[in-house]
Amino acid sequence: MEFTGAIRRVWPFLSLALMVVLIGVLASRGSVVIQRTVADAFVKVVMVVGLYIFVGNSGVLSFGHASFMTIAAYLSAWLTMLPRQKQMILPELWPFLAQAHVPFVPAALIAATAAAVFAFIIGIPLMRLSGLAASISTFAILAIIHTVYGNWDSMTYGQGALIGLPLHSDVWVTMVWVLITLAAAFLYQQSRFGIALRASREDEIAARAAGINVFVQRLIAFTLSAFFVAIGGVLKGHFLGTLWIADYYLEITFLSIAMLVVGGRTSLAGAVLGPLVIAALLELLRLVEVGVTIGTFRLSAPPGLRETGVALFMLSILLFKPKGLTGGREIPWPWS
Amino acid sequence: MSIYIQYIIDAITVGGLYALAALGIGLIFGIMRLINFAHGEFIMVGGYSLLLLLGAWTPVAVLTMCLVIILLAVATERIAFRPVRGSDPATMLVTSFALSFFLQHLFVLLFGARPKGIDIAPKLMEYVVFGGLRFPKLHIVTVVVTGGLLLGLALFLKRTDFGIQMRAAAEDFKMARVLGVRANLVIAAAFAISGLLAASVSVLFVAQTGTLSPRMGVQLVLVAFVSTIVGGMGSLVGAVLGGFFVGALTVALQALLPANIRPFWEAFVFVIIILVLLWRPQGLLRVRAVQERI
Repeated sequence: MEFTGAIRRVWPFLSLALMVVLIGVLASRGSVVIQRTVADAFVKVVMVVGLYIFVGNSGVLSFGHASFMTIAAYLSAWLTMLPRQKQMILPELWPFLAQAHVPFVPAALIAATAAAVFAFIIGIPLMRLSGLAASISTFAILAIIHTVYGNWDSMTYGQGALIGLPLHSDVWVTMVWVLITLAAAFLYQQSRFGIALRASREDEIAARAAGINVFVQRLIAFTLSAFFVAIGGVLKGHFLGTLWIADYYLEITFLSIAMLVVGGRTSLAGAVLGPLVIAALLELLRLVEVGVTIGTFRLSAPPGLRETGVALFMLSILLFKPKGLTGGREIPWPWS
Repeated sequence: MSIYIQYIIDAITVGGLYALAALGIGLIFGIMRLINFAHGEFIMVGGYSLLLLLGAWTPVAVLTMCLVIILLAVATERIAFRPVRGSDPATMLVTSFALSFFLQHLFVLLFGARPKGIDIAPKLMEYVVFGGLRFPKLHIVTVVVTGGLLLGLALFLKRTDFGIQMRAAAEDFKMARVLGVRANLVIAAAFAISGLLAASVSVLFVAQTGTLSPRMGVQLVLVAFVSTIVGGMGSLVGAVLGGFFVGALTVALQALLPANIRPFWEAFVFVIIILVLLWRPQGLLRVRAVQERI
């Protein structure tokens, strides 16, 4: 009885974790293409769950999270790339970074911590703003970071692609990060901080009257959220082996918000299901785009079909289920 | 001396374009609390319509294109935005984003992703010399069109019955409905006007840049969006003011920054915008209706 009670309490986390492990194990037995597709989807899950920690619990939209990905992804690249390579591609890199050769896990942790510190510092003024003004200023932060990294040629290779990141993000690595991110998000939302922030989402004035310091609660969530979104950014870099600044701007910002909203933005389950469903749909449409060969005749769709299809899908979800696929609820305990 | 006048003219031209785009977004926000990201795609579709109408007599081409965009704007309201009307701002925002994403990639599908060159009115790029100043005729056209549209819209909103109903709806939608303002009609009209504004931005922008691409509306709509916030969300005068403010800021930074940090000018624009928001979180002009009441 005690035991089932404990399981029931962590069921929202446990059910999702089991699902992720199941997908991971199945994928690891599949072809290389399937493994890469699933690893890519897991990277998106890390990003969206990271985003959810702030957006889902606080109810404030953030357009600035791609800036944390940018900061962490480039820092991780500087730390993990071979010194020889760095000398060739980025000869003017700061000396201590040029000589660094850090293994992947510590580099990812350092990079994400740096992004979280950055989020904390900018959060001190920005989290005092309310609603829309806060959202817009997070977008302004993204635009600033994007402009700086996109023109800082000696450090980032500017608008070009920075190549040569060691490839680390396979199915297993990304799966472990998904589990860690899920656990952190679940622990946070069950903690007194998470509950206080969710209270302020439902009714900010009543929460203030109950003694909740909304600014402090938002700042905590913003920092924690930045850490995991940054991990997502690092994983993406080490998945592609290439950093291209355009990959970390508007499209990823909006797509990750859209995945969260499509899943259901007030629940952890939504933050996991949204990216998984959209990744599955993208993969399906990719197969159509590549085409099917019938005899000697090759039927394929023109480029742009994937995105058009995904957009239509998102629109229909929003029109027919405005609260998202999960309706903003966690996965219910099945035996009651 | 004349160089400064040149800067002022530049600031008015750039700011005018931003102001028109910001007004299109601000009008819809005021009434529905919807930030319409698809507004940029109205501008983009306008550009491609001009491409298809190339060869027709210019006034006919421009009028047809305006009609197309107005219809597109009204149709998106009917199909996509009416069902989510009244849900929380995040859902509406993501709907408009999904719509913008859809239109962008539909045009990639139809016309390809690569930018196309288009020269709609070569005569407008001829320079005129006036009192020691040299600028293309297009600048004059931009200023006249912007001024005309702003004046026309102001008269419409102040003097006509329907304009007054629209302002009432922007001020307090629920109250306006109780007093007999017909919600669907007012919102459809607002979308039609924002379509007309998008169409005029489209002509001026395409004439200025001479290129078309499926993503051309994105940058404009972001600037416009920021302008409406800086000017004061929900205030139409604020949207215009914000557009001119951001335009002037852009021209000033491009002109005054030393050459080695000029590539970073956009970063400076956004730093200043954050500072403005920290100083006045409600924007330059405050609107009482937008403030939350207890």
